[in-house]
Amino acid sequence: MLLITCPHCGPRDESEFSYGGARRIWPDHDANPDQTETAMLDWHQTLYLSPNPSGPLTEIWYHGGGCECWVEIIRNTKDHSISNRQKGRAS
Amino acid sequence: MGNKRWPAIIATPAMRSSYDTVIIGGGGHGQATAHYLAKNHGITDVAVLEGSWIGGGNTARNTTIVRSDYLLNASFGLKNFALKLWGELSQELNFNLMYEPRGYVDLAHSDGELEHFTIRANAMRLGGAGVEILTGQALQDCVPELDLNSAARFPVAGALFQPAGGVIRHDAVAWGFARKASQAGIHIFQKTPVTKINITKDKVSSVDTPQGRINCRQVFISVAGASNQVASLAGLDLPIHSINVQAFVTEPVKPALKTVVNYNAGLSYISQTAKGEFVLGGASDGYNSFARRGSFARIEDVLARAVQMFPFLSRLRLMRHWSGTADISMDGNAIIGQTPIDGLSINCGWGYAGFKATPAVGHQMAELLANNTTPDLIKPFTYDRFANGAEIDDAGAGPYPWHH
Ligand SMILES: Cc1cc2nc3c(=O)[nH]c(=O)nc-3n(C[C@H](O)[C@H](O)[C@H](O)COP(=O)(O)OP(=O)(O)OC[C@H]3O[C@@H](n4cnc5c(N)ncnc54)[C@H](O)[C@@H]3O)c2cc1C
Ligand SMILES: [Zn+2]
Repeated sequence: MLLITCPHCGPRDESEFSYGGARRIWPDHDANPDQTETAMLDWHQTLYLSPNPSGPLTEIWYHGGGCECWVEIIRNTKDHSISNRQKGRAS
Repeated sequence: MGNKRWPAIIATPAMRSSYDTVIIGGGGHGQATAHYLAKNHGITDVAVLEGSWIGGGNTARNTTIVRSDYLLNASFGLKNFALKLWGELSQELNFNLMYEPRGYVDLAHSDGELEHFTIRANAMRLGGAGVEILTGQALQDCVPELDLNSAARFPVAGALFQPAGGVIRHDAVAWGFARKASQAGIHIFQKTPVTKINITKDKVSSVDTPQGRINCRQVFISVAGASNQVASLAGLDLPIHSINVQAFVTEPVKPALKTVVNYNAGLSYISQTAKGEFVLGGASDGYNSFARRGSFARIEDVLARAVQMFPFLSRLRLMRHWSGTADISMDGNAIIGQTPIDGLSINCGWGYAGFKATPAVGHQMAELLANNTTPDLIKPFTYDRFANGAEIDDAGAGPYPWHH
């Protein structure tokens, strides 16, 4: 069982959260309004090829059982230790 | 010390500096591919490189269930072909795989769900598989201990029943294929992790191991939970996340359950071994993990559902409990075939559902490696289907591996 520290609610049980997976940095849609080939590849990269390290992973969790905010953490996928400054995210 | 009179099951040859084909990963899928390369194509200039020991990966960590009750043609076709091969393999390998087609029972918990199962059963019939929809007394006769009467939160509406589904002794699968491939002259090396895949002029040229470099014409990666790490040795990104999946075994009791039963309001599946132990599994732990250490929340979840099906289980104790790292793709289906890198093919993304497909994957991959063309059954499972929008998403869950 993970103990995730929410920046708003403090340390809370994993069961209060839903997993959002690796943090994805979305391509700048406005920079590529025409959906060119490169833009499509960028979307493919972001959506499907997100990192899956055996080690520290920057990922997001939704605190549905608390403040209803997305929380960003760095968790080591080998031993589940959570290392970082927990960061809240807008919506 | 003990067990010295047991003969080695595979040869331990000296490693050559070059092979035609290198298979990375000596689990069931890798060993099956080696076997069919020798048997169907007479190709034995092959090295299978296993990083730890044969059967140490997911092949001997799974809950041994085989079945082919899939909705989409691509998913169904491969697994149904595997069921046919399972029936022949104990003879072919001269190794008792203990394939027991005791029947697979997939429980539906509402009329709507049962309707959906009926669609799946009809799709399977069109593909030539035997399958029935069971309700009421027919279901009770099929699974006498199943609790159909209590005021359960998720009552059972009926079930999909596939008679050819069942269980197989998983470690025997890895060892049976390995022994046969070794007898045919294929070299298998344990404790030989691949640390580098070398590419010369856009083509695979060799792999590095702690025991030295091996030059080769082609490389086939089949490493399940380590897929991203090994593919990255060749600079290849994969649409896969690795997630922990657990399994449990109770103390043994007298025979009480013939079939394999799957509970679908949440996930919990159960069978009883020939020794009398109950083997249980459920959903993944739900987030990326290479820990091979499971969360308690999932243990409670799987056991609670098992007790809903079979209340008598509450009096049994767990004897063993373990985990495996499951490689789950963005559409929940496997990726099999050539990669964009010349001479490099891959088989991955089987998650916690790939044991049943072992011989079919080996059979088809051997054909690909021998003839350099992709056989029909694995054609839909291409690496580039994600970029092309041709996902094979049986569950319709989207690009969230932890939901598949
Ligand atoms: C708990 C659990 C329950 C499951 N239940 C079922 C089930 O009931 N039915 C079903 O069909 N499927 C099930 N599965 C899934 C199934 O076990 C796998 O899909 C299947 O066994 C994968 O086979 P494989 O040969 O590809 O993998 P593995 O057996 O994992 O073989 C891969 C091998 O690659 C090796 N390797 C890794 N890195 C390297 C390297 N760098 N160099 C060389 N070798 C390397 C590993 O040591 C390993 O032995 C379950 C999985 C788990 C974890
Ligand atoms: Zn919160």
